[in-house]
Amino acid sequence: MTLIANALVSGLLLAGFYAAVSVGIAISFGMLDVVNIAHPAFIVLGSYLAYFASSWIGLDPIVTALVLSPAFFALGLVLYRLYHSSFERRGRERLRGLAFFFGILFVTEVALILAFGVDYRLVNTRYMDTTWRFGAFDLPLRLFVPFLVSLGMTLSLQAFLSRTFFGRAVLAVAQDELALQLMGVDPVRVKAIAFGISIATAGVAGALLIIIQPVQPSLGREYIGLVFAIPVLGGMGSIPGTLVGATILGVASSFTSTFFGPSWSPAVSFGLLLLALALRPEGLLGKAAR
Amino acid sequence: MSSPRFTALVTGIAALAIVATVAGVRNEYFFSAAYTVLQFVVLASAWNILGGFTGYVNFGSAAFFALGVYSSVFLHNLVQAPIALSIAAGTGVAALVGLGMGYLTLRLRGVFFAIATLAFAQVLLTFVVNWEYVGGARGAYIVLPHGPPPGFRSNGQVLFAIMAVMAAGSLALARWVQTSTMGRGLAAIRDDEVAAECSGVPTLRLKLVSTTLSGGLMGMAGATFPYFLLYVEPGGVFSLSYAVNSIAMPLIGGMHSWAGPLLGALLLGIAQQVLQVTVSADWNLFLVGALLVLFVTVAPEGIMGWTRRRGRAREAPP
Repeated sequence: MTLIANALVSGLLLAGFYAAVSVGIAISFGMLDVVNIAHPAFIVLGSYLAYFASSWIGLDPIVTALVLSPAFFALGLVLYRLYHSSFERRGRERLRGLAFFFGILFVTEVALILAFGVDYRLVNTRYMDTTWRFGAFDLPLRLFVPFLVSLGMTLSLQAFLSRTFFGRAVLAVAQDELALQLMGVDPVRVKAIAFGISIATAGVAGALLIIIQPVQPSLGREYIGLVFAIPVLGGMGSIPGTLVGATILGVASSFTSTFFGPSWSPAVSFGLLLLALALRPEGLLGKAAR
Repeated sequence: MSSPRFTALVTGIAALAIVATVAGVRNEYFFSAAYTVLQFVVLASAWNILGGFTGYVNFGSAAFFALGVYSSVFLHNLVQAPIALSIAAGTGVAALVGLGMGYLTLRLRGVFFAIATLAFAQVLLTFVVNWEYVGGARGAYIVLPHGPPPGFRSNGQVLFAIMAVMAAGSLALARWVQTSTMGRGLAAIRDDEVAAECSGVPTLRLKLVSTTLSGGLMGMAGATFPYFLLYVEPGGVFSLSYAVNSIAMPLIGGMHSWAGPLLGALLLGIAQQVLQVTVSADWNLFLVGALLVLFVTVAPEGIMGWTRRRGRAREAPP
């Protein structure tokens, strides 16, 4: 019983982190129709930057993430401009765009290996070894702090998208780009900024990742299944849907590693992704037609 | 050139080349390097049958390659199977899984299909890591039962000859697919699947043939790999570099013809071998990734498309 309760708690905590990892894909893939398969590579990049800030000047990973998020945002802007001028503007070459991001993923990973080797890197903060106990429940701060940061980030993104003028422009671009253009808005500019935001969330997620576990360059590809499974399960381009998808995957993978061993848990996210793609590509909360 | 004559010519050249190298080249390293390059010729041609001709991007090349590898390991552990049987089994298993992937295209197109293949590779990796009989995460050793057959000086030479035959076979198959009626049907699917279906192209049947051939050839390339390395482990077999290489090579060579993957595999494969010896193994992966990004951005039609366009411009000035 305690085992199940603890698996559930750590599943929910994990779900919070998963939301941070995949909310960027919900924006880029779900809303902007840009299949950024390199997203996990930027997450790992964020982890490395957090690692160096922590080991050189003792900065907390979360502080680093906030300080560096403008840089990640700028990186996203540049990347989107490049993607747009090379692929999107020429139309119909979406699959080449996919190969482009696949190449970026690979280049980033190899560059990290060349620069820093294949060793696992980890950070130490004061709260990482603390665990709060509530009766039968364990609440490790190593998971709880990322959970809170992620929830804060996801909810403020949702508020930003639904309340502000710019946020609504992003949602409009997801629905009908041409109509937006007719209203006198430049869809490319809107998409570039939204893509920048999605890469900025990858930087934050990277800082959370290195709090939770040690990181090495090729860790990113293990997260590809996860970052796509969650938005697909949650119904593409919906942030509340992303939270639902993250909860499903977090709980499922926590139960798998509790009862079958951690070596099986990657199969869960990728297996659920395959099932979701095959049976209900529009997602649990998605609309049927697209 | 007509297809039978072309096949005869290619077969002749390949046979001569194999005999001459096996008899003439003394350097054992040459055979190992040539094996690796030829393996990429098979993988790139196989990828291109689905990716270049049909327009379905497969990120799971490593999975099909691994199906061949682990079929061999399984048969080797089970009955010490001869290499010919392992190749047949590896090809068969990968082709069957390819057929299954073909049915997947009924539900998933474009980007979703590509992501599904990536997910499939990861699921398969998890199963192999947890399957102790084929070595699990620790990997598996292959002990060759006997020395090379008469006429060869080493097992490296035998494997080189086998891989050369497989490469020639893959090229001939890719060329046949491209020039047959089937190739036209596949090109129609690539350009517009719905329109092709409406014009009476049997899209499902063609896609099934395409995914089966592509998967089977990748499995075939993998089947001899355990005999080549004598030790395989999941991390190496499922390495992302197989997926990246088998996409980068056709893209760089040119995806609309059987010769593009050959050109790309030779260029990139040889460049990687040279870099691996002179610089380091990681830099050659960096080169592949960087070239992939560069070509897909700047010259999306590959080298073949680029030269053809220049040729056309010269013939018909605007």
